[in-house]
Amino acid sequence: MSTATVGGSRRRRHGAVSPWAPYLFVAPFVLLFVLFLVAPIAVAVVNSLFSRQSSGLGFSGSSIEFVGLTNFARAFADRDFIEGFPRVLLYGAVQVPVMMAVAATIALLFDTALVKARRFFQFAVFLPYAVPSVIAALLWGFLYQPSVSPILQFFESIGITLSPLASTVVLWSIANVALWSLIGINMIILFSALQSVPREMYEAARIDGAGEVRTALQIKLPMIAPALLLTTLSSIIGTLQLFNEPQVLQTITSNIPSDYTPNMAIYATSTLGKDPHLASAMAVILGLATLVVSLLVLAANKRTTNRANHGL
Amino acid sequence: MIVATVIMAIAAIYFLAPVAWLVIASTKSTGDLFSTPGFAFAEFNLFENLYDLSTYQGGIFWRWGLNSIIYSVIGSALTTMVCAITGYALAVYRFRGRSALISVVLASLLVPGTVIAQPTYVLLVTLGLDNTYAGLLLPALVYPFGVLLCFIFAQSSVPMELVEAARLDGAGELRIFVAIGLRLLASGLVTVLLFAFLGSWNSYILPLLVLTDSELMPLTVGLTGWNQASITIPGLQILTVVGSLVSIIPIAIVFLSLQRFWKAGLTAGSVRG
Repeated sequence: MSTATVGGSRRRRHGAVSPWAPYLFVAPFVLLFVLFLVAPIAVAVVNSLFSRQSSGLGFSGSSIEFVGLTNFARAFADRDFIEGFPRVLLYGAVQVPVMMAVAATIALLFDTALVKARRFFQFAVFLPYAVPSVIAALLWGFLYQPSVSPILQFFESIGITLSPLASTVVLWSIANVALWSLIGINMIILFSALQSVPREMYEAARIDGAGEVRTALQIKLPMIAPALLLTTLSSIIGTLQLFNEPQVLQTITSNIPSDYTPNMAIYATSTLGKDPHLASAMAVILGLATLVVSLLVLAANKRTTNRANHGL
Repeated sequence: MIVATVIMAIAAIYFLAPVAWLVIASTKSTGDLFSTPGFAFAEFNLFENLYDLSTYQGGIFWRWGLNSIIYSVIGSALTTMVCAITGYALAVYRFRGRSALISVVLASLLVPGTVIAQPTYVLLVTLGLDNTYAGLLLPALVYPFGVLLCFIFAQSSVPMELVEAARLDGAGELRIFVAIGLRLLASGLVTVLLFAFLGSWNSYILPLLVLTDSELMPLTVGLTGWNQASITIPGLQILTVVGSLVSIIPIAIVFLSLQRFWKAGLTAGSVRG
């Protein structure tokens, strides 16, 4: 479809278009957005300000009453809930850099054409992403149990006893499941970004005598900075919401309590504790915490980009 | 060069070994699962396992599979349509509220999806949609990242000149979108479709909250339920293993065979992102 044939029709940029068309086009999304994104946030905020009060001995029913910020005070006083935050932050501080480093290394290796059998390796790296995270957790759950795990049995046979479900290391066993699942997709995104960098950039570096490693670090990585930021940011948001993997692994070890992560605590408070009002307050706190962390990352990124630009 | 290949080989083992174990374990009986080495084949029991998988609780596993397909296929198709028409409208028209809508879409990317699962559940109960197909399908249609991708694709791939030429020919706005917009957006839409599909296929926390009827559950919730129950019902352990394998084979095939389509779309998205 060539656009050259229609030159000269520019004159009616805002011409006889039905003024309603754009609104009708965006209406379904806006409606759904309000219903399933704005309304839940409103529900959470409103719910968090109320509480179910049982009157008398509890036989005569109960009423919903406005309690102000009481639920927030209760949430902050709930040590198990609050302790989940440093835990997921520590988890994220390790998991995200490791994941990005491995994903970037693999993407750069693919990009250098040093790797043979590229299609096979891409298949291998990417396959875990096609496995739902919950199924991945089930799968690794088996591999973490000494009675069935070939990996643990192998280490046992050479005299090393590993217990990935011990309370001291279980957090990193959860991180391993997430790494296994997510390196592939991040690698693909970074690799796609690398592929779209003009090749001449590398030619110039080569003429200047830069080796593969220097080219990778000083030219390729800065060129794909937007993709790196995008993947890092979504990974950070993901770690704060950590739920699927620990929730599944919880069934095979007592070292993951039901409030191990903030999101698990919200789920447990809502379902097991049957206190949707307290759970709403917790959800609001987690949402705000995520927002703050995201904005900090964006601000930090802006500063480093500015500095880099000034440096040039 | 050797270093590169060695690194890749180690990575390949790490990524493939768990899946290899799953394949091998699926061919074992419950007894052999615990008594034989993990990476060695034992007595071939795959067909018995598949038979048990298909008959346990009246073959509910296949019902879960069907549910997962319903949620993912219908959900992702509708989601893509919503994203496409919204992104197209944002790119092609200048209307009041346009920049506000773009800002809201951008801001909503920072709203953590699983955090609003709990209030979404409360809302669905209020609407009487808990424990229904609609209750799980409708919230998934809100996919701001997809709208953003479509907006970016539409900006670069739908020339205004073409839209205006169609207007001069007397075509209505909807017809222009269907005949020109959708066609030009197609490659980008494959990306949105696949991400939406995977999102629904992997979805766990919302169905866990919303569904109580096991007939409506997707595979993720059903299989983790079996895993939980296997503590008291030992036979369920091998069914969880076989079920996991069966559930990832079709998606792995579909996804890997469509790679080149969505990878192209991803490139377009990431350079401008």
